[in-house]
Amino acid sequence: MTETGRFGRIAAKGRLEVAGVSKSFHGSAHASTVLDSLSLYADAGEFVSIVGPSGCGKSTLFHMIGGLLRPDAGRILLDGRDITGTRGHISYMPQANTLLPWRTVLDNVVLGLEVAGGTDRRTARKLAAEWLRRVGLGDYANAYPHVLSGGMQQRAAFIRALISPQPVMCLDEPFGALDALTREDMQRWLLRIWEENRRTVLFVTHSIEEALYLADRVYVLGDRPTRVVEEIRVPFPRPRPDGLYGKAAFISLRTRIYELMRKDR
Amino acid sequence: MAGNNGWKLRVGSWKGWPPAAAVVLLLAVWQGAVEWFRVPKWLLPGPADVFRDMLGNWPRLWMHTKATLMICLPGFAASVIGAVGLALLMHRFGVLKRALAPLIVMSQNVPTIILAPLLAAWFGYGLFPKLVVVFLVCFFPIAVSMLDGLKDTDPAMKNYMLMIGASRRQLLFKLELPHALPFLFSGLKISATYSVLGAVIAEWVGSTKREGLMLFLNTTLSAFDLDRAMTAIVMIVAVSLAFYGLIGLIERLVIRWKPAGEEKA
Repeated sequence: MTETGRFGRIAAKGRLEVAGVSKSFHGSAHASTVLDSLSLYADAGEFVSIVGPSGCGKSTLFHMIGGLLRPDAGRILLDGRDITGTRGHISYMPQANTLLPWRTVLDNVVLGLEVAGGTDRRTARKLAAEWLRRVGLGDYANAYPHVLSGGMQQRAAFIRALISPQPVMCLDEPFGALDALTREDMQRWLLRIWEENRRTVLFVTHSIEEALYLADRVYVLGDRPTRVVEEIRVPFPRPRPDGLYGKAAFISLRTRIYELMRKDR
Repeated sequence: MAGNNGWKLRVGSWKGWPPAAAVVLLLAVWQGAVEWFRVPKWLLPGPADVFRDMLGNWPRLWMHTKATLMICLPGFAASVIGAVGLALLMHRFGVLKRALAPLIVMSQNVPTIILAPLLAAWFGYGLFPKLVVVFLVCFFPIAVSMLDGLKDTDPAMKNYMLMIGASRRQLLFKLELPHALPFLFSGLKISATYSVLGAVIAEWVGSTKREGLMLFLNTTLSAFDLDRAMTAIVMIVAVSLAFYGLIGLIERLVIRWKPAGEEKA
């Protein structure tokens, strides 16, 4: 079923499973069901994208994976272990700039390791400094984040998530606030780093192209309540070629997802 | 970075010009008017007279100033500890916050000039009631600024910290406290100036010791020694300004980052 064999080195752990999760919020007038028995998974070392219309309960889903919210029904499993309602099992990167302004770039990148504990300070800082150098941010290690451009800030935030010890990375529209050109650069950059490291990634985005370009599998979500409309295995080989956006197969897959999302509205 | 600082320094000194010029002009007009209209010294001394008396009487003036500082500084320090401590407790326990918020506002609304004699009636004319006056005068700005700072953390950053599994303690030390620091310092600067005034008012009630700027002011005023009385006023202003400046200096040493809202200048 999985094509893991083709990709070589793959993280041994990190299969995330969302099993039949439901969630309703009780407003003053009426209860609204945000998620209704939603199931999806990401295999260890797999890059999974989730596309769906805005406000379709993706942040509720992430909050439940992160353990901030408890589902009314269903479970969140990590490598078969029930982690429903408990925190600290994932690393995370949101769309907003969440680098702490009073920490230098290096101290920010260390934060994930620091909060998780279990890594001594020297080792953590060395690892962070190495990664910053690798991604061309070495000169900014001791600068404060406000001097970085939006793209550079998100690079640092990604490294922060990447070197965190948790096997699953949840990326919540990480490039949503960037301009189109920077965004394309960041996608290419992200793929290059991910293809070397193969962490389990759950990547939420509005952009169908982005989902198809990056992921092994794409979940197309429908609105109110959020459910999986379609699950698509992306057939393009890795490393993904540069001109992929223009290929006929890419365009026809993109059109199909677009039609799915339109029909669902 | 060094070049940047130099630029800031130059801007800083340029910014300092208008108020400095205004003070010099005011003193010049004062001196000129006193000499032109031949105002007798016992009615209104000129700045030159005040300055001359200050130099001549320096040891006595400094002795009284020290006595006032011995009320102002410990009272301020106790207030910082008490107000920051209470703000932290109120931040941690919502019930406490709701219960005490009105009381804190009320503490600010009792006029110091009424409070001081009341405290003297209860606790006598020693040091303790005077420290209490300074403590209460300083308490409100510090507690309120600290509470605001703790409450006002960026929701995206808080969400990030929770998603990666930060404990309450980590949330406080890594996010909320650093974020509250600039707020705290604006409260400290206000309280620093209040503390000198509070100490002087506390002294006005009377003291078992024959020292302090208010006592000095009282004796010189009753002797119609106006230029000497003016030296006390100059000292009160100078001490307030120095204290304010000191807190500002500490602030600049502690807060090296750009506070939120100034990002992307």
